[in-house]
Order: sequence, then C-alpha cells, then structure tokens
Amino acid sequence: MREPDKTDLAIPDFALVVLIGSTGSGKSTFAARHFLPTEIISSDRCRALVSDNETDQDVSADAFDLAREIASKRLKYRKLAVIDATNVRAADRKAWIELARKWHTLPVAVVIDPGVDVCVARNALRPDRPFGAGVVQRMTTEIRKGLGGLQREGFRQVWKLTSEASIDTARVTRQPLWTDKRDHHGPFDIIGDIHGCADELQALLAQLGYSVAWSEDHGERIVAVTPPEGRKIVFVGDLVDRGPNVPDTLRIAMSMVAAGAAYCVQGNHERKLSRWLEGRKVTIAHGLQQTIDQLGAQDRGLREALPAFLDSLRSHVWLDDGRLAVAHAGLKEEMIGRGSGAVREFALYGETTGEIDEFGLPVRADWTAAYRGKTAVVYGHTPVLSAEWVNNTLCIDTGCVFGGKLTALRWPERELVEVPAIQTWSEPVRPLGGSSGLGRSAQADADGVLDYEDVSGRRWIETELRGRVVVAEENASAALEVMSRFALSPQWLMYLPPTMSPSETSSQSGWLERPEEAFAHFRERGVTQIVCEEKHMGSRAVIALCRDAQAARDRFGVPGDETGAIWTRTGRSFFNGTGMTEGLLARLRARVEAVDLWKELNSDWLLLDAEIMPWSAKASSLIESQYAPVATSAAAGLQASREALARAMARGIDAASLDARLEDRAARAARYATAWAPYVWPVSGIEDLKVAPFHLLASEGRVWFDHDHVWHMTLAERLAAGVVTRTQWRVVDLADAGACAEAVAWWETLTGSGGEGMVVKPRDFVSRNKKGVIQPALKVRGREYLRIIYGPEYDAPDNLVRLRERGLGGKRSLALREFALGHEALKRFVARQPLRRVHECVFGVLALESEPIDPRL
Amino acid sequence: MFLSVATTQRPATDLGFLLHKHPERLHETDLSFGKAWLFYPEATDERCEAVLLLDVDPIGLVRGKGQAEGLLDQYVNDRPYAASSFLSVALNKALRTAMTGISKERQQLADSDLPLETVVTPLPMRGGEALVRGLFEPLGWSVDLTPIETIGSNTGGPRYGHLRLTGTGRLSSLLNHLYVLIPVMDDAKHYWVGEAEIDKLLSKGEGWLENHPAKDLIVRRYLRNRGALARIALERLAPETAGEALPPEARIAPEEALEAPIRLNDLRMDAVVRAIRATGATSIADLGCGEGKLLYRLVRERWVHKMFGLDPAVRELERAAKRLKLNEFGGPPEGRVTLMHGSLTYRDSRWAEADVAVLVEVIEHLDEDRLPLIERVVFGETAPKTVIVTTPNADYNALFPNLAPGAFRHPDHRFEWSRVRFEAWAARIGKAYGYSAAFSDIGAVHPVLGAPTQMAVFTR
Repeated sequence: MREPDKTDLAIPDFALVVLIGSTGSGKSTFAARHFLPTEIISSDRCRALVSDNETDQDVSADAFDLAREIASKRLKYRKLAVIDATNVRAADRKAWIELARKWHTLPVAVVIDPGVDVCVARNALRPDRPFGAGVVQRMTTEIRKGLGGLQREGFRQVWKLTSEASIDTARVTRQPLWTDKRDHHGPFDIIGDIHGCADELQALLAQLGYSVAWSEDHGERIVAVTPPEGRKIVFVGDLVDRGPNVPDTLRIAMSMVAAGAAYCVQGNHERKLSRWLEGRKVTIAHGLQQTIDQLGAQDRGLREALPAFLDSLRSHVWLDDGRLAVAHAGLKEEMIGRGSGAVREFALYGETTGEIDEFGLPVRADWTAAYRGKTAVVYGHTPVLSAEWVNNTLCIDTGCVFGGKLTALRWPERELVEVPAIQTWSEPVRPLGGSSGLGRSAQADADGVLDYEDVSGRRWIETELRGRVVVAEENASAALEVMSRFALSPQWLMYLPPTMSPSETSSQSGWLERPEEAFAHFRERGVTQIVCEEKHMGSRAVIALCRDAQAARDRFGVPGDETGAIWTRTGRSFFNGTGMTEGLLARLRARVEAVDLWKELNSDWLLLDAEIMPWSAKASSLIESQYAPVATSAAAGLQASREALARAMARGIDAASLDARLEDRAARAARYATAWAPYVWPVSGIEDLKVAPFHLLASEGRVWFDHDHVWHMTLAERLAAGVVTRTQWRVVDLADAGACAEAVAWWETLTGSGGEGMVVKPRDFVSRNKKGVIQPALKVRGREYLRIIYGPEYDAPDNLVRLRERGLGGKRSLALREFALGHEALKRFVARQPLRRVHECVFGVLALESEPIDPRL
Repeated sequence: MFLSVATTQRPATDLGFLLHKHPERLHETDLSFGKAWLFYPEATDERCEAVLLLDVDPIGLVRGKGQAEGLLDQYVNDRPYAASSFLSVALNKALRTAMTGISKERQQLADSDLPLETVVTPLPMRGGEALVRGLFEPLGWSVDLTPIETIGSNTGGPRYGHLRLTGTGRLSSLLNHLYVLIPVMDDAKHYWVGEAEIDKLLSKGEGWLENHPAKDLIVRRYLRNRGALARIALERLAPETAGEALPPEARIAPEEALEAPIRLNDLRMDAVVRAIRATGATSIADLGCGEGKLLYRLVRERWVHKMFGLDPAVRELERAAKRLKLNEFGGPPEGRVTLMHGSLTYRDSRWAEADVAVLVEVIEHLDEDRLPLIERVVFGETAPKTVIVTTPNADYNALFPNLAPGAFRHPDHRFEWSRVRFEAWAARIGKAYGYSAAFSDIGAVHPVLGAPTQMAVFTR
C-alpha cells in the first residue's frame, strides 16, 4: 500500500523550486495556481522568446540558457524562482542544483505525475502539442526511475504529487528560513565565544542586567535567566570545550534558547561535539576532552537534551530588518539570509587561504577587509585582543578562555560590555592579536587596500547636504588615473575643496564682474548677512596638520614619519619634496601651538583650507609657457604695427580709426603684462611663502561647518603671524545699502591695487533656503585680474559683449555637488568610518571636476 | 602680427601693381578669424614698403562663431599675436594673385628678380636661430634675426624673434616661402590638417621645396607631424623616396629615443616573453599594459590562452585595443584578450585568475610611497604564482651620453633603482609575502654597471 501524498507543501520563502513532470502533466497549471507569474520561469516561454515557437526543440539549449539566466538574476536578489520545465533526467536537474548552490538557496523538487493516461489525454486536446503517447510514456518512466535519488541529487525538499486529486488539492505555504529573523528587532546582547567560562558569562550577564537564578529539581541543576525588559541574547557559538565549566554554560544557553530569550548560532566546537555525541570518529583535540570529562560527571537531563540542542543550531541569524547578522566565524555579504553548504561552512570556519602559519594553524583569509555590505556582521571564532569594527563587521571573540575577556555587543546601541577572564584557562596556540601588529587599528589595516569596485562605474553617494550625488561612469574613469598616479595616498586625502562660481555677470558697462551681483544673489535667496573676504591670488591648498608623526600615524593610518600633508585642488602633493612640506608644517604647527589650539580643539590634528602664495611658486611653468609669451608677442606685434602705421599716416594715409584701435589694443596688452606682477615673487625657501587659511575644516570628532565664517576668520586672524598672513574681511548686512556700498568701494580699492578680488559667503557656512543648500561662496574678481583669465583684450567693448554670455548654471550645480561631497567626506572621516567611505566622496569630487565646465568661470 | 614687404627697384611704387593694392589707400580684408589690413608706410620712387597687419579676434578663437566650437580653449594665448598659420591664410586671401606670380599691369616685373626686404614679427622660434637660418638661407635670403626679450619671465630664453630677410628674387617666391615657412617655424596649425594640405604645400612649394635641404622637416612640421600624410607628401615631392619610412617624431618617448640605439624595448619584450614561457603559465596579466606592446607580442604565441591588460589611462587602452585589433575582423577570439581600465593602487579581482602578473617598466612610474600598497595588492591580495617585474637599472645611466648625472630616463619616472636597491626591495617582498626572486639582466651587460634593465621573477 502506497503512502498517500503530502499535499501541504511547506517550502522555504527563498528557494529554487524545480517542477518535475512529463508533458501534459499540468505543471504550468499547478505553477500558475501557487506562484506569481513573475516567479515562474517556463522553458516553453523561453523557447518562444528565442524562436516564436513554444515547442521548437531545436532551440532548447538556448532556451535553457535564458531560463537559467533569468533564474540567476532572481536568486541574486533573493527572490524565489520556479522552474517550469519537464526536468525529466537527472542531468537536466543537475544544472538547477548547481545554480541553487551558486546563489546559496535551497533547491526544492516538486514531482507532478498524474499518470500517463491523463497526460496523453491532455496533450490530445491541445493542437500545439504534437507529442504522442510514446513520449509521455518515456518521460514518465524516466521520472519515476529517478524519484528515489532526488535527495541524493541535492534537493533539500522533495514533494511528490502522484494523482490528479493530490495535484488539485495541494497547498503551497511559504516558510521563512530559520536564519531569517528580520522581523525580530531586539534589542540584543550578542555574546562572544564562551568556551565553558561560565563564571565570566554570569558576570557579563549581570553587567548586562540579566538575573540568573539556579535551583534544583529532582537532583537536576536548573537555571532560569530573566532578561531586562525586551532584551534578547545572541550567542555567537563555541560555548563548549577548553574552559572550566562547560555544563553550566550549556545550561544557561539551552535554558535561554528554550525560553525564547536567546538565539544561538552553531560554532565549530558545537559541530564537533555533536558529531562525537553521534558516535562519529572525531579527533579529540582543541579542548573537546574537557567537555567530555565535564559532561561525564553531569546529570542525565543535560546529556539527554544536548543532542537535540546541538542539532537545532543553525549557521547564522539575520535580525533587525536585515541590519544585523550574527554568525560564528562571520559571513560574506552574498551569504547573509541564505542557506547552502558553503554558507554553513563559511559561518563555522570562515575562509582560509589553504596555507598553514608558523603555529601550524590555517591562515585565515581576511574577508572583512573586502566586506562592503550594509548589514553589520558580528562574529567570533578568531580571538582578538579587543573588539574593533572593520568595514561594518565586528569580531567579539576576545579570547576569554585564553585569559582575555568576554565581550558583549549591545545592539542597536553598538556599545561594548566586557568582563575580564578570571584566569588563563587554556594556553593559546597562537598569540592573541587582531591587526597586523603595526600598532594600527584593525580598520586602518583593512583600509590599507581599497577596492577597484569602491570607485569604479556609475556611483550614487548619499550626502547629508544634498541627498544622492551621482558620479557618472566616464567621470569616475577619468579620475582613476589622476587618483592612482598623481594624487597623495587616500589615507591623507580626506577632503577636496569644491569649485567656486563667480557672481552673475555685471550689468554695468565695462565690467564683467562686480560685487553688486553677488550681494543680490544672496539677498534674493534670503540671506541677511554675508562675509566678504579678500581673495588671495596664490594656489589653493588643503593642509592636514598633525601634532607629531605619532598623531599622524594614529589618526590617518599612514606608515611613515610625516607630520601632515599639503595638497592641491586635484589631490596632488603641493610641494615636490617632503622638505618643503614638513618645513611649512613645522611653521604652521608653531602658530597653532602659539595660540594653544590643540588644547582648545581637544585634537591632535586639524585640517585647514588655505591659499598659499605666491602664485608663481606653483605656476612658474605656466607663466613661462603661457602668460609671458602672450605679453611679449602682443607688445612686439602691436609696437611694430603702430610704428608702421604712424609712417603711413605721416604721408597722408587716412587711418585714424585703425590707429585708435591699435592704440587701444596696445594699452590693454600693456595692462595685461603687469596684471600678474603682484602675484609673482621668487621663492627660494619656506620663508618666501605665505599661507592664508580661511576655513578650519575639521579636527578630531568635529566638522566645523556648523560654525559661521566670522568664527573661521577670527580663528584665521589669531593664527596670523610669521608664515600665516592676514586676510582682510568684513561682515556686511545685506539690508544696509550703505554697508553694501562701502563693501563695493572696499572691493574697488582692493582690486584697483592689484588684488585678485573677493569671496562673498553667506555668514553661515551651510546656508539653506526652501530650495535647499545655496552657494557656499561666490567670487568677484577684479577687472585687471580677469585679464589673465580672459586675455589682454577681454574688456574691449565688442569683446565684453560676447563674454557676458556665460552659463553659470553648470558651474553652480557642480559647486554645490562638490560642496556636499566634501562635507560628507569630512563627516565620514571624523566619524571614523572605513576609508573607502571617505575615499568614495573625495574620489567623487575629483571625478566631478572632469565634467566639461568653462575653466574660466 | 606684422609682416612687411619692401623693394627698392625703381619705380618702387610698382610694388602696388604686383600686390594688386593701391599704395595710397588703407586696404581691409575680412577673414573668418578677424581682419587683415594692408597699407604702405612708404611709397616713393626709391623705396616702397607694404605692411600686412592681422587683427585676430581673440574671443572668437575660443568661443567660435554662432554655434561653432572655438579653436582654442584658452583666452590667454599667443595665437592672436604671434606669426602663425593665421598669417599664411591672410597672405593667401589678401595677396592671392601676387602669390601666383600674375600681374595684370606688370607681368614682366612679376617675373623678374627684385631687391626685396621683408620683416615678420613676432616670429615664434621653435628650433631657434639655427633653424630660421636653415630654412631661409638655402632659398637665397640673408637672415637678420633679433630675439625679442620676454616680458614677465626671466626663464626659458627668448621665444620670439624679429625676422628681417633681404635678398633678390621674385616677389611671388618670397610670399610663397613665407606662406610655408612661417607655420613651420611656429610648428602649429590653427586648423585641422587633412589631405588637402598636401596639395597646398606642393603648390606653394613648387619650384623650391623639392630641393630644400630641410625638406623633411618642413614637410613634417607643415603637416603637423602626421606621419602618414608626411610620407605621401614626400613621395609626391620626390618619388624615389617611396617606401622610406619617416621616423614618427611625435610618438617617440624621450626614454625610447635615449635607449633606441640598443633596441632595448625589443630585448625587454623578448626577455619577458621567455620568462613567462618558462613558468608554463598560460594566463597572463600585464599590469600597466600601456598601449599593449607586450600583449601584442603575446597574442601571437599559441601557448598563451588568456591575457589581461590593465592600465589607468583610457587613451592608452584605446591604442592597445587598436594595436591588438580587439573586436575587429582578424583580431584575437573573444575572451582571449581582456583590456581593463584600472589601477594597481586598488584591489581588483578581475585579473585574479592569471597565473603570471607582469609589470614591465611600471613601478618606476608610481610614487615610491605608494609602492607598499601596490605590493600588497599584487603580492599580498591577488598573489599570482609568478610575478615578473622589470625596471631601469640606475647604475647603467652613467653610460647614456645624453643623460645628466642623477637625471631619470623619462620625465615621469618617480625613481630609478640601482641593482642593490632593487634586490633589497625584492628580498623584502619575498619575506613579507612568501615569494622568492630570481634576477636577470636585459640588454648588453657592462662589466661593472650591469645591464640597462633589470628583471626579477618572483615565484611563490
């Protein structure tokens, strides 16, 4: 008598469901009844997609490829997929098993076999199915032959529906995987590897606010643990072996799990113990003997309950809307919330390189360095000195049994709670230690290498100031060469300044830029007070200044002896040699110390935004190859022309207007030739340089964008002395017409005496109106200065008229996006986020700079 | 820019007939890029002098006209002021008939040799006074060149000269010489050089260019170093040179020029290919593949099954793709060669399957403080079985006659290592990442200073 079919199909909600049935068996009808149309991948449909004919067997191979490709994409996004094909032979099914393994999902077989007669009859009713009874008979025989082997083939569930009735009455329900506890929000207390350190465990539980009560019941030792309101424990596994009191440790964990007050994931030591209990041959090593000895003397109740408990342990647990995963040895991003042999193995043992180290232990591959997931992964297995976050992963095995400490992570608080080991219970084979031993943090160590994928391709970067900033692929690609071949190392480069837009074109004839437009710009956007700052004509520099080399190593994770770095707008080192850099840093450090800024900021480092003068220090080759030749050739050609014309006019040729034109051109050329003179002086050493800081960007724990420009300029003034030069500035009330006029006059004086111009900023560093963040600064450049931007004759009336048409929209949008990215980079840096998160923003600024924008704006 | 032409052949005012421009008027010619003016500062029986002034619109050059793109991207540019191809175009427009040697009124005069004097200023002197003399003196002009003092910079020497030519010849010859040779001195063109330029050059150069001793240089510079065009022009100019390849001046890197006599690059490629083959590897990553010279060698080897080329410069990869005929008919089958835009300063799994990673003349182009990172990416993270590194041997530099002591072979080199330094570096890597290194020389070996290039083969 055959067992009746089970018709309640309880399948995992993430699975690859493989239907198995002859043509005419009713697979498609069954699929349509129980699954979404988008979940069903039909081989007939795929045949039609490539050949317009559902039954064209000639295209089967390609149709299969297509079906597999579609299934891959769904599984990648953790979506259930149903394969609606005959899948008659084991060879047909093998590919699906492999696909399921690849994406760490469970393969589920559903056999649909209503009998040969039913299939033949159904096919006869359909003109598009020219299959005879022979085909159905052959298929059915083949399927029935393979039934017994489906589990062996790799299917984790096999459902058989062998009559029309059971096919019709079957119900499909979907179960979340055991590991999928995303709807559990905790809060949680995650406890690292205990290894039988029951006393330390109880001390830790007490610190976490759990009360532990022991009692006896019929000679059995019983424990009841009461958690603080709503909290739950997650054990990372390795409860057993090595330590002094495995039984009590197990009692606590088992009672809490049974009471629903804890989750426990399987550790490799539990796995081994379980195999030993099953009577399998295992090597008694790594502390298993202690467990065996301690259990031998214990009550029967514990020994009897133990196998079922060990058997119930799973690879990992995925919690809190997917924000947290706990696994014994960690988990790669693509394995979280999934199930496969590979997931189990990884979660138990982590990844090894296959090599053996000098202590005879397998060398672990550092999966955390490459981890990029949004889910925080908390794990144990590898004892470390102290728990440190690396790329959103945290190892909380702090080697309690080896005399270290027992650590818990409070989630979502992200607080660490630790209890020191009472003694060294077991000698470690390999000394404890997480990072490379260079004295750097584990994160700095992981940050030593960034991944190509951290910067390549089209990117969306979330910023606080401007939401999502998009970096196009071609721009990222342009930045890659600069970043890798010319820029400073990413450890230093935690900020690049945004570009700055000029004011709107002046409405006054003879002028391209004037302050009135900048004032109007901000007034129209609701700004009431602005700060006008003298714009020095030098080269923009970002200066990272550390108290000493140790501070630099500690905070920036750099290996050398440098005490800071100075870089340009494109991330290149400002000076060619470290001599100049360190020399200038030393002088700046002296100024910072003179005003006792380290103490005031409570920081060992700070980041300044500054201009370094003279311009010629960086621009001498530009002057030689571009600026000077223009002055020289313009003067020579115009002089020869005017002399010749004078002779012609002297003999009566009427050329007065040409003469006037040449005179005018010569005058402008002459003004051009002197326009850059104030920005040029010889530099033979540091003493010839001047530094004008205007922003304190960041220091430990702080991004100073929340302080207004009056604060920044006041700080700059305090620093001014020695190599630090003073910057003239003033606050202007935009409603005060007199003050505005004074500021205009001030600008005219400044630029009239060779100054580049001024920068106008809203008083607040970050200013918003209803439409969002407004321009953080606008530059208003002087009339003579603009000659070296737009050429000697730019202000001739017929030239100016054309230059007035300049699209500022692109420049301004760029300025805002770069401003947001720069701010984001700083914010992430001071929050000690992984370097890639900082670098992504800085790389983004550099990439955006490759957008085609008129360089003269 | 300024150009004058004068004669003392009486009656000198007949110059007006030759130029087809009346000496008593101010002439104005519209040009696409501005205006030309012609007038006579002197017009007597004894001496007559015509001046051509060019008034180039500097804004138009950048902004273009209407919707058109401009020619230049910098407003601060000597193009509106220095004698250049603009002047040639103006000559051809304002004095077209004179240049052809036709004169309605004074054909006999146009056909005869006259005492002539011409001034061009400011003339760019790319190639210096020697080149100016080498260009004009063989044509019978005596050259008087006054360098113009540079305003605003005291480095780099004079860039422009005031050129005065005197001699006897036909006016049309002089104008044609100037037409061709001014852009040659300037070594730039304001317009795209296409095949039509060959005809212009040949027609203006008729009767003098084919026998000019600096013919090759004139053709090359006039055609803006476009090798193929220059070759066609020379063949048409002197058919017997057909097949003689010109050195592609523009593409020779300084390093190659320096090392050229020993064909070092070929030797290096040979050595690297041999070293790869000796490992038995069939899949190879060329890290810093540049324009694909090594890949081009490897693609012809049947034992190489898979190649990866990685470079941070997109334009180099484009050249490599072209050289390798990727995705072209006759190119390697799909998947055999993969070019990837990327950088050694980032971990990159895309080339991880290669058995051998090759860094041919790559490390010296990276800042020394970034090397530990690259070591970690290549030897630590990706860790192929074999890594081959070549780099210049700094000891050998003493043997390059044109290389100043302490200078590097290429301006982009960030360092050049002695053999001791290289071996110490290799030893450190060996220790840190578990590789052993074998060293060899590439190129002719000097008994004391070693070979020009050093190679290390690291195996794990």
